[in-house]
Amino acid sequence: MPQLFLDQASSYAHEIDNLIWIIAAAVGFWFIVAEAVFFGFILKYRAKPGQRAAYIEGTERKYTRFISYPHMIIILFDVVLIAGSIRVWYLVKQQLPDADRTIRVIGQQWAWTFVHPGADGELDTDDDIRMVDELHVQVGDTYHFQLTSTDVLHSFSVPVFRLKQDAVPGRTITGWFQPTRTGEYDIQCAEICGIGHGIMAAKLFIESPEDHAAWIAAHNPTASLQ
Amino acid sequence: MAHSSTAHAHEHAHDHGPQGILKYIWSTDHKIIGMQYMFTGMFMALIGGFMAYTFRMQLAFPGADIPLFGVVSPGEYNALVTNHGSIMIFWVAMPVLIAAFGNYLIPLMIGADDMVFPRLNRLSYQIFLLSAILIIASQFVPGGGFGGAWTSYPPLSANPAYNLTGLGATMWLLAVALEFVAFLLGGINFIVTLMNARAPGMRAYDIPIVVWMIVIASILFMLSVGPLMAGAVMLLFDQTLGTGFFDPGTGGDPILWQHLFWFFGHPEVYVVLLPALGFVAEIITVFSRKKLFGYKTVLYTAVATAILSFFVWAHHQFVAGIDPRMANVFTVTTLLISIPIAEVLFVIIATLYRGSITLTVPMLWALAFVAEFLIGGVTGIFLGASGADIYFHDTYFVLAHFHYTFFPIAIIGTFAAVTMWFPKMFGRMMNEKLGRIHFWLTVTAFNFIFIPLFILGTAGQHRRIYDYNHFPQLATEGLQDLRIVATTATVVLLLSQVLFLFNFFHSLFKGEKAPDNPWKSNTLEWTTSSPPPHGNWPPDAMPNVYRGPYEYSVEGREDDYWPQNQPA
Repeated sequence: MPQLFLDQASSYAHEIDNLIWIIAAAVGFWFIVAEAVFFGFILKYRAKPGQRAAYIEGTERKYTRFISYPHMIIILFDVVLIAGSIRVWYLVKQQLPDADRTIRVIGQQWAWTFVHPGADGELDTDDDIRMVDELHVQVGDTYHFQLTSTDVLHSFSVPVFRLKQDAVPGRTITGWFQPTRTGEYDIQCAEICGIGHGIMAAKLFIESPEDHAAWIAAHNPTASLQ
Repeated sequence: MAHSSTAHAHEHAHDHGPQGILKYIWSTDHKIIGMQYMFTGMFMALIGGFMAYTFRMQLAFPGADIPLFGVVSPGEYNALVTNHGSIMIFWVAMPVLIAAFGNYLIPLMIGADDMVFPRLNRLSYQIFLLSAILIIASQFVPGGGFGGAWTSYPPLSANPAYNLTGLGATMWLLAVALEFVAFLLGGINFIVTLMNARAPGMRAYDIPIVVWMIVIASILFMLSVGPLMAGAVMLLFDQTLGTGFFDPGTGGDPILWQHLFWFFGHPEVYVVLLPALGFVAEIITVFSRKKLFGYKTVLYTAVATAILSFFVWAHHQFVAGIDPRMANVFTVTTLLISIPIAEVLFVIIATLYRGSITLTVPMLWALAFVAEFLIGGVTGIFLGASGADIYFHDTYFVLAHFHYTFFPIAIIGTFAAVTMWFPKMFGRMMNEKLGRIHFWLTVTAFNFIFIPLFILGTAGQHRRIYDYNHFPQLATEGLQDLRIVATTATVVLLLSQVLFLFNFFHSLFKGEKAPDNPWKSNTLEWTTSSPPPHGNWPPDAMPNVYRGPYEYSVEGREDDYWPQNQPA
């Protein structure tokens, strides 16, 4: 359902969206059945003069099967949803495909700092590009991110990637994404982090290989030394 | 039973002490204490509702000068959302659902003259009142009320340099801790009373289901709150003494708090859900003139839900930095809890089958609970499924989901119970017509608030942001229109409550006199006068119990009900 509002800009965005649709279909079915029976009963069994309610214990087999069969079908649905959910979770969070590049994401009150590798493609070298509230990535490359925080909890949230991960001070959490289309998108902080939580917005620029190379060249911090 | 009677007789001898208003403030009568909880809870609901009004107005009209409040600053916004959540859960849902109706109904429904520990009961309310005063006072201290969300995650909550509301944070924590103490005292009382003070003849399966539900909820609360109390003390030390239990800089761990909080926080959902389900079960049996479908099934599923609820807490923390493998375990347990909850809803729906349904005001509320809670239930699956929660976590989808559970529980459930037992509490009937108008306005407005918020959440709107103009993808006109719809509905919802308050207080003094058993119900509270005297029944006419509480429409009887105390 999120794709009705947002582009799918990562390799796993459609997996999450599909899972959401499957859940919607499963719970939608139960919701409609339950409400239909419920309102049907209310309409059908309204009090009428001279007519008494039936005396039903609710332990008779001929009645309890209307509870126990749906019960079993719900277990079946649950198994399907659990399997689908774990599959997507594994793909997004539990495995780590090889990276083309690694970036570092640092949350602080109330800004995101992104450390990009420079032309050499390596972090922690002289040509790293540090940007505040701007993340530049190249479409099609697989990225690892190293997420941390300098003060309180933050949450690195990129709706078009369908990615969210809390940043925890004292820890570095590694995750991954692969952008699949170019564009400019929102990055949010999704965990309350103080009075500036509402302005902790950053921008994601997904660029073609040419544009990204040009951006790196234009921002080379060692350029003036050469 | 005998013991409680003598204790009570002793109490009676000293009853000449406090007079006038003191009689109500210093009472040990469970009915008065129940009403103290109810009125305090209603008052706190007005405060919590006003807070919702202010921040909803800010979201619809960012930066506007809001009538009755003024311009909302980012700091005030955080304090408003934090305290709205805290107050509605800890000072409205818990006191009204468990303490007010637990106190009022348990002795009356089991045929006892009072709680077994009346003074403990009074102490419980007094500590609760102190906690309520503390949380209100915390809004007015320098720096303002605590602004770190009702979940109070450290390091934000632990360090005044981060949250900028140092005093508010500490007062919030003390108020919550005191509130827990009050409910522990009350809960012990409920459990012991049910075990020891039942009327002669009342066996385990003759106990009205709402009493079971409140007692199971009390047990659940007692078992889950311990770790959080320990956590609260640790957080208090972090705030005030400079310890570092949750500070990674000194070897602590902020995630530890989340485990302690949610180990309590998730069972807490069922602590308030079970009493509401109990009200609904009672009301639906009475107004469909039907035996509860599968009494034991309801009881056992409630117990199963309570037990399972201890194993689902980390679904609040899927993306919090826990080991990703753990998410799989908690996805399984979370989806499993859908089974007993679906079962209990099916059973309640089945109770309507071949009934003789009258749509009185309490029945309307009870039925609305089922219809609306179903939405809250099914949307929970999106969040319990770890893969989908990566996207939905901390969006308005979560917010809309839990309001579709908590609003039916705390507001619809409360209105169901108030309209049902008002005649017994005050000896007068409420106005039926006003009750219906209030019902339809409230339920319609409720849906117009939260369906737009489901849509906003699906569009990626994240929580606790005071102005979405900083996020271009969320600052579109279409999404802003949805925010305005939700805010308008909030105002309608709050204004509709004037009807309820008028109906409540007008009926209290001017309502038609209520008979002892206006709904032709079976349970024991309807066998005494309306309102019941001190001691509930005349000492020589305490009820005996001959059958279960749901013998409606028994074949071969002239009446379609059969009170529990009537000899065969």
